Amino acid sequence: MYAQMVKTDGARVRSLDEMDPVERAFQERIDAGQKIEPKEWMPEGYRKTLVRQISQHAHSEIVGQLPEGNWITRAPTLERKAILLAKVQDEAGHGLYLYCAAETLGVSRDEMYEQLHSGKAKYSSIFNYPTLSWADIGAVGWLVDGAAIMNQVPLQRCSYGPYARALVRICKEESFHQRQGFDILMNMVKGTPAQKALVQDALNRWWWPSLMMFGPSDDASVHSAQSMAWKIKQNSNDELRQKFVDQTVPQAEYLGLTVPDPDLKWNEEKGGYDFGEPDWSEFFAVIAGNGPCNAERLDARKKAWNDGEWFRDGLVAHAEKARSRRQASRIAAE
Amino acid sequence: MGAAQQTSTAENAALFEFLLRMGDNALILGHRVSEWCGHAPALEEDIALSNTALDLIGQTQLWLGLAGEVEGRGRSADDLAYLRDGLDFRNVLLVERPNGDFGKTLMRQFLFDAWHYLLLKALKNSSDRRVAEIAEKALKEVSYHLDRSRDLVIRLGDGTAESHRRMQAALDELWPYTGELFMGDAPDASVAADGVAPEPASLKKPWDELVAETLEEATLKTPADGYMQKGGKRGVHTEHLGFILSDLQFLQRAYPGGTW
Ligand SMILES: [Fe+2]
Ligand SMILES: [Fe+2]
Ligand SMILES: [Fe+2]
Repeated sequence: MYAQMVKTDGARVRSLDEMDPVERAFQERIDAGQKIEPKEWMPEGYRKTLVRQISQHAHSEIVGQLPEGNWITRAPTLERKAILLAKVQDEAGHGLYLYCAAETLGVSRDEMYEQLHSGKAKYSSIFNYPTLSWADIGAVGWLVDGAAIMNQVPLQRCSYGPYARALVRICKEESFHQRQGFDILMNMVKGTPAQKALVQDALNRWWWPSLMMFGPSDDASVHSAQSMAWKIKQNSNDELRQKFVDQTVPQAEYLGLTVPDPDLKWNEEKGGYDFGEPDWSEFFAVIAGNGPCNAERLDARKKAWNDGEWFRDGLVAHAEKARSRRQASRIAAE
Repeated sequence: MGAAQQTSTAENAALFEFLLRMGDNALILGHRVSEWCGHAPALEEDIALSNTALDLIGQTQLWLGLAGEVEGRGRSADDLAYLRDGLDFRNVLLVERPNGDFGKTLMRQFLFDAWHYLLLKALKNSSDRRVAEIAEKALKEVSYHLDRSRDLVIRLGDGTAESHRRMQAALDELWPYTGELFMGDAPDASVAADGVAPEPASLKKPWDELVAETLEEATLKTPADGYMQKGGKRGVHTEHLGFILSDLQFLQRAYPGGTW
């Protein structure tokens, strides 16, 4: 997911009886489906976990600009170029909404950038994979935005007001992103054999990393149990992964593609697909910084930030000059 | 071929040429601006630049679409964008200048926007209704581009010593590429005679005024009009255009006959 394996602080989820009255009242409001707003009391663990989750989500949106931005100058038609530009622009907007939501929890955007650049904060593993052909742009929209939607649609009902509201705006745009990705592939499979081969190759490379986006099984995870109790996570990783596979496999068939999983089989009894286990050692290697593009992605973000320092300083200096000029003219007028 | 027909063929060729210039300027500048996507110095700038690029690509579709129509050989806007080589591109050299630092990108944008704005304003009164319609739509977008680039040039010129230094360096480097915007040739004279577009030279004075006023507020020094680079308008480009086209046209060239 865009936020993967977010840690909470506690060792286990405590029952209402174990809580002091203030915390108990807080938990009861969450249980009743009420929204928590920035100025209200909240447990420190809730605040910290949300900062981790929202900032990780925000970082994913802005790092996610890079693999797709990689093909803007090479988009095959003016129309495709415009659509991709608009999509990548949306992702920057999502980053912006999410940083603003995180800021309501008492952390600044600069601090969050600092954590991203130092490697302390993570972003989704998926953006450490390369976009090698134009079909990858289709596959990213179809699979990556598709997986993001799986998780973000239920999160629109999460307990923290600013995050829930940011997600409402984001989800509206994500379904357009998924459709444009699918549409790219639809056109390509109807094209030349070489184009169709690009699409199959893209699916071969993106399928497993997309399933890994949901994170390893978390049925036994204390962190997930706590996040669910706080209603900042709604479904287990396996649940979402199953839903994603069930939705995506028929779409792959519609495109005339082969899903690269020999264990994939419809299971009539459960009314869903059985499928193979992703290679979790690859997932942990990517999370640890050893994915094919980790270094490039982070370097690109750091370079953008460092090269832009003079620009940001210039704007601040100008604003200060303008303020003191206004002050001087006010004094002169008095 | 009769004399009247010959005139109309020549007029048509001049109009085609004019439309290519409009479309190619938008396409190549849009391409350059889009190279920033994901790499701008602030998230807000990323969003704003994508917006500018998006507007310019939209304008490209309109200008080149009309160019193909006027040419009458069945070429679409995409055919013109993706299947011409450099010698047939008609953009001014200014827009193919590499991005450099963010200051240079902004300065290039401002110098171009100021001209683009004045030209589109004049084109709203074009004798060719199709040209006037595109200009009307583009002008709304370009007024906003100009507001933004002008404002940032002022703020960075009059910001820190470092931002001032960078903006002055950008201005000095780009200045020799501004002259081409105002140089006219036979196709320009032809479309001007038909009332389709103004003579390029007629935009020089208002552009000088707009630019001088902005640079003064930005505490930047207007360079003297020395030797001016030229060639783009007649297809003689800098070495940079070839690399732009190899990115831009890669897929269409590598997968001929593909559907996208
Ligand atoms: Fe997004
Ligand atoms: Fe996304
Ligand atoms: Fe998206």
